[in-house]
Amino acid sequence: MVESLDQIFVDLKHLLVTLAPVEWQPFLSALISVVGIIVTFASLFALSTILERKGLGRIQNRFGPNRVGPWGLLQPLADGLKTLTKEDLVPRAADKVVHFIAPLVLVIPVFLALAVLPMGRNMVGVNLDAGVLFFFAVGAATELSVFMAGWSSRNKYSLLGAMRAIAQMISYEVPLILSAVTVIMMAGSLSTVTIVQAQAGYTGWVPHWYVLTPWGLAGFLLFMIGAAAESNRSPFDLPEGESEIIAGYYIEYSGFKFALFFLGEYVGMFAISGLAITLFLGGWQAPIPVLEWIPSYFWFFGKLLALIAVFIWVRGTLPRLRMDQLMNFAWKFMLPMALFNILVTGLWRFIPTGWERWFICTLLIVGAYVTLGRTLFQQKHWAKRSYRFAE
Amino acid sequence: MPLVFVVLSLLTLAGAIAAMSLRNLVHCALALTATFAGLAALYLQLDAQFAGFAQVLVYIGAVSILIVFAILLTRGAEPGGQSVFSASWFWGGAVALMVFGILSGIILSSKALPLDSPPPPRATVSQIGDQLMTKYVLPLEVLGLLLTSALIGAVIVAIPEKVAAAPVRTQPTSAGTRNGETLRIHGELSNPPDLPLGVGQGESSEVSS
Repeated sequence: MVESLDQIFVDLKHLLVTLAPVEWQPFLSALISVVGIIVTFASLFALSTILERKGLGRIQNRFGPNRVGPWGLLQPLADGLKTLTKEDLVPRAADKVVHFIAPLVLVIPVFLALAVLPMGRNMVGVNLDAGVLFFFAVGAATELSVFMAGWSSRNKYSLLGAMRAIAQMISYEVPLILSAVTVIMMAGSLSTVTIVQAQAGYTGWVPHWYVLTPWGLAGFLLFMIGAAAESNRSPFDLPEGESEIIAGYYIEYSGFKFALFFLGEYVGMFAISGLAITLFLGGWQAPIPVLEWIPSYFWFFGKLLALIAVFIWVRGTLPRLRMDQLMNFAWKFMLPMALFNILVTGLWRFIPTGWERWFICTLLIVGAYVTLGRTLFQQKHWAKRSYRFAE
Repeated sequence: MPLVFVVLSLLTLAGAIAAMSLRNLVHCALALTATFAGLAALYLQLDAQFAGFAQVLVYIGAVSILIVFAILLTRGAEPGGQSVFSASWFWGGAVALMVFGILSGIILSSKALPLDSPPPPRATVSQIGDQLMTKYVLPLEVLGLLLTSALIGAVIVAIPEKVAAAPVRTQPTSAGTRNGETLRIHGELSNPPDLPLGVGQGESSEVSS
C-alpha cells in the first residue's frame, strides 16, 4: 500500500506508456515527463506568487490580496488573465527580434534545468551522468537572456539593470559552484540520483544528509546565499531595484512577455532550491526513519516549499544591498570561504570517522569565518555616509 | 540521425555566417552564441556529454558575456560607415578556399586514416575524471593552481579599500551628470567592482540621445 502510493506516478506513467505501440514508447515517455514537470512547476509558480504576496503582507502588517476568491486564493488566475489580455507594447526604438527572443531564452533553460532534479524515488526526468554540470550549464544561458532583454529595450534603466544583473550573476556563480563542488567530492559523482542515494540511511534518528556536517552546513549556507543572488531575490534584487532603476531589464516588457520573465525568475528559484535540496538536504529522503511511509515526492516538495518560505521571509526582512557591498561580499567573503570549505571537505574525506574530524573541521570553518570576518571588518572605515543629492 | 546532424550543422553555419556579416556588433555576438550552442549540440549528438556541457558552461555562460562586455566597454554597438566586406575579399576568399582544398586533399589521401574505424569508446564523466586524476594529473594541477592564483590575485587587487574615498562632490559637471544622479546616491563609486554601473552610464547617455 505504502509502496504503491510512493510509486503511484511512476506506475501511472508506465501504464500509459505500455498502452502505446512500441515505436512510440520512448517519445511518449519523454512527453509525459515533460508535461508533468511543466504543469507541476507552473502551478507551483501560481501558488508561490499568492503565498509570497500573502506572506509579505503579513510581514508588513497588512492583509495582502484578499478580494479574488476565498482568502484571495484565485488571485493568480486573475493575474494570469490580466497579463494575457494586456496590450503587448514594444518600444519603437527597440531591437524587435532580440526583444522578442529574450523571454524565451530565459524560460526554456530554466525548465530544462528541472529535468535532472530527482523529485521522488525513481522520479527524475533524465538521470544524466553529468547531471549537476548540466544544471549549471543551462543556468548559464539565463545571463545572456538578461543581457538581451536589457540591451534590446533601448532604455537606459534597462541597460543599467542588465549590467547589474550580469555582474551579480557572474560574481555569485563562482561561490555557488564552488560550494556545490564539496558535495560532488564527497558523493564521488555528478549524477543527481547518485548524490541523493549517497545521503540515504540514518544514525539513530539522525539522517545522513550533507547539511548535518560542518562543511555541509557551511556549503549549504553559501549555496543558498548564492542561489538568492542568482535568482535576483531580495536582498540581491539590485537588477530590478524599483526605487533606483524602476524595474531593471524588464522595464519595457508588458503583457505576457513580462509574465514569462516573472515565470522564468520563479521557476529558476524553484530549480536552484531543488538543487540545494538534492545536494545538501537529502533530496526526497524523509528526515527521520519513522516518517519514511510518507511518499518521497511529498518530502521533496515539502522541502521546496520550506525553502520558498525562507526566501519570502528573507525578502520581507532584509533591505537591498548596495552595488559595492554586493561585490565585496561575493569576492572577499564568499569566494575565500567556499575555497576554504573545499579544503575542509578534503580533510573530512581523509580523516577517519570519529569525533576528531568533527572537532577539527568545525574548528577550521569557525576559525576561518571569524578570522575573515574580523579582517574585513577592520578594513572598513566607518563614517557618516554622505549623499550628494539627497541632502 | 543524419537529419539531426544536418539541422545542427546548418544552424551552426548560419550562426557563423551571421556573426561575420551582420552590421550591428551585438547582433554578431549573439549570432556567435548561437554558433556555440550549435557546436555544443553537435558534441551532445556525438554522445560527448561532458564536452557538450562544458562547451555551454564556458562559451555561452562566460565567453559570449565577455565578448558582449568588451563590445559595450570599447565602443557603441552602432554599425560603422564602411561595408562589412573588406576590399580584398576576393583574394581572402581564394586563399581560404585553397587552404581548405589542400588540407582536405591531404587528409583524404592520408594513410593514417583507417578506413573502417572502430566504434568510438563511450567516455563517461567518471572515466574522464579518472584520466584527469591519473594520467593527466600534472597538467590538471598546474592549470588548477594557475586559475586559483589568478582568482585570488584578482580578489587581492580589489581588497584594499580606498581610505576616505575621494568625495564625490568634486566630480566635474559633465554631460553624464544628469544620468549620474540616480547612481551617485549609492556613494563609493570609485570602487573597482562598480565597473558595470559606470558602463551603464556611458551607454545610457548614448541610448537616450
